[in-house]
Amino acid sequence: MQSSANKKHAYTRTLDFKTGCVEMMHGSGGRAMAQLIDQLFMTAFDNDFLRQMNDQASFTSSGGRMVMATDSHVITPLFFPGGDIGCLSVHGTINDVVMAGAKPLYLSAGFILEEGLPLGDLKRIVESMAAAARVIPVPIITGDTKVVERGSGDGVFITTTGIGMIPENVFISSERAKPGDNILISGTIGDHGIAVMLAREDFAFQSSLESDTASLHDLVSVMVEAVPGIHVLRDPTRGGVAAALNEIAQQSGTGMMLFEERIPVKPAVSAACEFLGFDPMYVANEGKLIAVCAPEDTDKLLDTMRAHPLGCNAAVIGEIIADSHSFVQMKTRFGGTHVVDWLSGDQLPRIC
Amino acid sequence: MKYIEAFRDGRLARKIAGQTAKEADPRRHYYLMEFCGGHTHAISRYGIADLLPAHIHMIHGPGCPVCVLPMGRLENAIQLAQTPGVILCSYGDMLRIPTAKGNSLLKVKSRGADIRMIYSSSEALDIARQNPDKCIVFLAIGFETTTPPTAVVIKQAQKLGLSNFTVFCNHVLTPSAISHILLSPEIRQLGLVRLDGFIGPAHVSTVIGSRPYEYFVEEFQKPVVIAGFEPLDVIQAILMLVRQINEGRAEVENEFTRAVLPHGNIKAQKLVADVFELRRSFEWRGLGHVPYSALRIKSCFADFDAEQRFEIPALSLPDHKACECGAILRGVKHPRDCKIFGTVCTPDNPIGSCMVSSEGACAAYFRYGRFRDNQSQHEMAGH
Repeated sequence: MQSSANKKHAYTRTLDFKTGCVEMMHGSGGRAMAQLIDQLFMTAFDNDFLRQMNDQASFTSSGGRMVMATDSHVITPLFFPGGDIGCLSVHGTINDVVMAGAKPLYLSAGFILEEGLPLGDLKRIVESMAAAARVIPVPIITGDTKVVERGSGDGVFITTTGIGMIPENVFISSERAKPGDNILISGTIGDHGIAVMLAREDFAFQSSLESDTASLHDLVSVMVEAVPGIHVLRDPTRGGVAAALNEIAQQSGTGMMLFEERIPVKPAVSAACEFLGFDPMYVANEGKLIAVCAPEDTDKLLDTMRAHPLGCNAAVIGEIIADSHSFVQMKTRFGGTHVVDWLSGDQLPRIC
Repeated sequence: MKYIEAFRDGRLARKIAGQTAKEADPRRHYYLMEFCGGHTHAISRYGIADLLPAHIHMIHGPGCPVCVLPMGRLENAIQLAQTPGVILCSYGDMLRIPTAKGNSLLKVKSRGADIRMIYSSSEALDIARQNPDKCIVFLAIGFETTTPPTAVVIKQAQKLGLSNFTVFCNHVLTPSAISHILLSPEIRQLGLVRLDGFIGPAHVSTVIGSRPYEYFVEEFQKPVVIAGFEPLDVIQAILMLVRQINEGRAEVENEFTRAVLPHGNIKAQKLVADVFELRRSFEWRGLGHVPYSALRIKSCFADFDAEQRFEIPALSLPDHKACECGAILRGVKHPRDCKIFGTVCTPDNPIGSCMVSSEGACAAYFRYGRFRDNQSQHEMAGH
């Protein structure tokens, strides 16, 4: 079967990806929209499901426990060191799916485009999405496009939904954290948030720091294979490691004791945080995971993580303790203890 | 970063803490005030209190720039931000401070006011350049640390002829606030607050130097040790204060020699003197009207003074009735003495300014220390 993307439409000019922009007509359901879908989305995401050109994708399920996760992606700037909104929108949802220990199967993608977005930028974003999905591999099997007037969006918003299948012997859920369990992190924290902030704000310092945006499907699959009894997996995105740990503590009714000196932070992230008065514990990650497991499984899990390229800096950063208040505490490098609390709103730089 | 890590060395900290415990007289208590929010933050962030013997008490002072701005001036800023054609530029911490009625700059921003969060005063100048048809108001707050950067942009605006740039000046002075605390009836007459010594400001002192503190060391016979904001600085300063108190000395000592000179930064002081002059009196949240404690823009820069360009009424607005920020800023009360601390007033829904900034005593205590109260309650329940 020949891809529809290869058909030549004699009656219309091909999309101008060099100088063209998204126009209102690209979302109006007419010929321009059909052309955008055909020449951009179909070409980039090409698969059997999309080729059926239905309003929905149909697939057979093999039974068992499925997971579904959805995530909307808004980010300024759209392109940042280490990634862009396209690959981020695949990684974000895939990571939510695989945090249940699931194997990801399908993705959907919804686009809200702002009038005036250069078509060249959109093409780069869509191709980056396609590439990110292809390496997993997970097909993007259905989608939607809307266009909003200039000023009503921020270039492009992407919502993706993912579906996956959980292996039979795996029961990963945050309420399973128990006192005595160990808390592991797959690598350095805060890379994404600081890389994006440095790209967004015109600070007087520069760095070669890149976002850690990555799909964790393969890391999770080797972890689950080595230790099927992992209690909890969570990806510490917005709100950083602090928010993810507080969620686990609250949902499991336990407390935590972390050890500051064991938490891996890149010197560049540490330095930027110092400069801006931020705490890396609250800075976003897009390619890291937190795992909680029984003490007897810890060594095996840590070794497995460290053997994987996305987990080579993995570390045991603390343990679950009994605490009816569900406080996450941290033993500081200095020797004292403090609460690692939820953040209220955004981190704001200090004045003095 | 290596340079910073050297000032967070846990082993050295335990050694200094051990020495402090050895030298501190077990028959007496030591009440030490850290003036600066930066120190409050370091004490709670690094758990310094855990390392100190129980009879050394740290009292949090009023040195949190956003905490001391009175309600009236905040209301002025909110009104300015809602004035048509105005872009208000502010440092981030300021945006969430609530008025007694629960309004804030962040709230009026969501309702359409053009408010920009900036990291440095020069960004406000850039915004003025990029928006010639708008009037820019830079909400200038803070102690001596943030004053020179404000002076710089006012001078630059004059040089560039940027007639759409103005500054709403709320800069305040540290030494007069410390004197005011020491003169307060709670300390002088009532004996409600015992204060045996001060940890002197870090960044402020880099500008003003160590000399300005000599007056109240002499006048009030309280030792001052100027200390950096790193945890080892703080714990070393505590040891130095304990030694002075034990020996009956009251001197200005400088722990922060790597940055603070006796005469401070003369260039910065000159800049400030060029642009600003003393106000006869200024209201501080918690301290009330403090004579000669704040700066205003000199008349030769009146074109850039928001107080000259806009109608800014003098408002004296009370704090929220249940809020104890005032007493906490004076060191009279501890955050846990406040009835609404951690219940009605939390970082998510701050009633008082001390709960907003990470330098505020309540926010620092809420974020880093409140588990200790729970632990002690547990222990008490267990007995």
